[in-house]
Amino acid sequence: MRVIVPVKRVIDYNVKIRVKPDGTGVDTANVKMSMNPFDEIAVEEAVRLKEAGKVQEVIAVSVGPAQAQETIRTALAIGADRGILVLEEGVEPLAVAKLLKALVEKESVELVILGKQAIDDDSNQTGQMLAALLGWGQATFASKVELGEGKITVTREVDGGLETDELKLPAIVTTDLRLNEPRYASLPNIMKAKKKQLDTVSAADLGVDVSPRLTTLKVVEPPKRGAGVKVASVQELVDKLKNEAKVI
Amino acid sequence: MGILVIAEHDNQSLKAATRNAVTAATKLGSDITVLVAGNACQAAAEAAAKIPGVTKVLLAEAPELAHGLPENVAPLIAALGQSHEFLIATATSFGKSTMPRVAALLDVQQISEIMSVEGPNTFTRPIYAGNAIATVQTADKVKVLTVRGTAFDAAPADGGSAPIEKIASTGDAGLSRFVGQELSKSERPELTSARRVISGGRGMQNGENFKLLEAVADKIGAAIGASRAAVDAGFVPNDYQVGQTGKIVAPDLYIAVGISGAIQHLAGMKDSKVIVAINKDSEAPIFSVADYGLVGDLFKIMPELAEEIGKA
Repeated sequence: MRVIVPVKRVIDYNVKIRVKPDGTGVDTANVKMSMNPFDEIAVEEAVRLKEAGKVQEVIAVSVGPAQAQETIRTALAIGADRGILVLEEGVEPLAVAKLLKALVEKESVELVILGKQAIDDDSNQTGQMLAALLGWGQATFASKVELGEGKITVTREVDGGLETDELKLPAIVTTDLRLNEPRYASLPNIMKAKKKQLDTVSAADLGVDVSPRLTTLKVVEPPKRGAGVKVASVQELVDKLKNEAKVI
Repeated sequence: MGILVIAEHDNQSLKAATRNAVTAATKLGSDITVLVAGNACQAAAEAAAKIPGVTKVLLAEAPELAHGLPENVAPLIAALGQSHEFLIATATSFGKSTMPRVAALLDVQQISEIMSVEGPNTFTRPIYAGNAIATVQTADKVKVLTVRGTAFDAAPADGGSAPIEKIASTGDAGLSRFVGQELSKSERPELTSARRVISGGRGMQNGENFKLLEAVADKIGAAIGASRAAVDAGFVPNDYQVGQTGKIVAPDLYIAVGISGAIQHLAGMKDSKVIVAINKDSEAPIFSVADYGLVGDLFKIMPELAEEIGKA
């Protein structure tokens, strides 16, 4: 079985983002970029399935600028076999799903594992959209995955607790935080990753129209919340909550 | 061309999240239909019909709709997209799973977790864990939206009397099967709709110590939450998690106990009306958003707090 894992280059999760003063977006110049953390979990899961002998090949795909090659190399260092970069910037989730669909069909893929959301636009859409376009089953927010014969059983983190669903293969899985703990790539594997195959294609090569549907009119900082007061005792706290804030 | 709100329910009862989506719908127009798709879910449909502002309830009952599997529910919603301009659900795990599937079936770019309606095709939404707010405009004819529940007050539960119309399911896609669920049982209010929330972090040290929070929660009718650190450490189940990737809450009172206040956690609770932080580290970032901070040992403070609140 062949698996595709999409990986997105985003501002590193440790960076405190800065909204541009002119309100056109978030400043990404000279900011540390990394692989979206949920995608890292997706790569790890795919590589584990390969190590368990259930998957033959793992292909890491990124849609982004030329620098997204680094993100793909990171996936290759974790253990993905080869990479494909779709060289297009600012592509919306629906168009990303269309690009992935084209690659899934071209590469005869039977399973796509994606991060549940990217930590930049927080859309949480691509996996579900890809499943719809392919007419496949989907299991979002996975915390446990069992790949069987012609089916995949997935435990999902839902609002009330956990839910288990069984999907026919081929299928789509999106990862939640507790699915696994991604490994650190070892130096030899980082070196090996540099020699792995990485192809670049364009949306036009794949016959996909990626024109945006949305226009961002402005981006602003949320209203700031000022620090309040420190209280000295439990008595003072309860008094403030009762008589000043009136919330208990 | 009206508005279709997708109900969130467990077949027996309608979830409060549905009423947040109805409020968002009222900002867009007055022709508001609620779709209740499930199995043996007449009671949930009747509850939806009572929400003021709802003009019609569509009830689709079939075994394949019983568990809200997106593979079976999304085609039904997409079919109704032919006759509605707006398709709206609250961004719960059901809404997040289902609506993008609907959007793709209709070739629409969904807008996730809207926080306000600025016009018929213009909305604000949080990006970067709520550290920036984007105003976006869509060129799509049909708008598929999820709404951030905390940004829209829940519509009242009673007062309306909309007619209920039965519609057929679009069938079983045969792609997926519900196997089972383990839902956390609790007598306390539900985390995302509770008016008071008390959350514990890594500072709680273990799951047993969450009893200290429960003692206070019982006195003020609060829900219990947790930081990602506490969930990852196995103190409490994953559905307790408040944060960017967990639940977004905005209660009247949020008490953070032994939580340092990582950006990820703040993203999930900083819209609370009053925030209290209890932490032994006076430099903890949580104090920068807290209205009332108390520096000290939570193991000493929490029993005292339970007692002091009880005095009232």
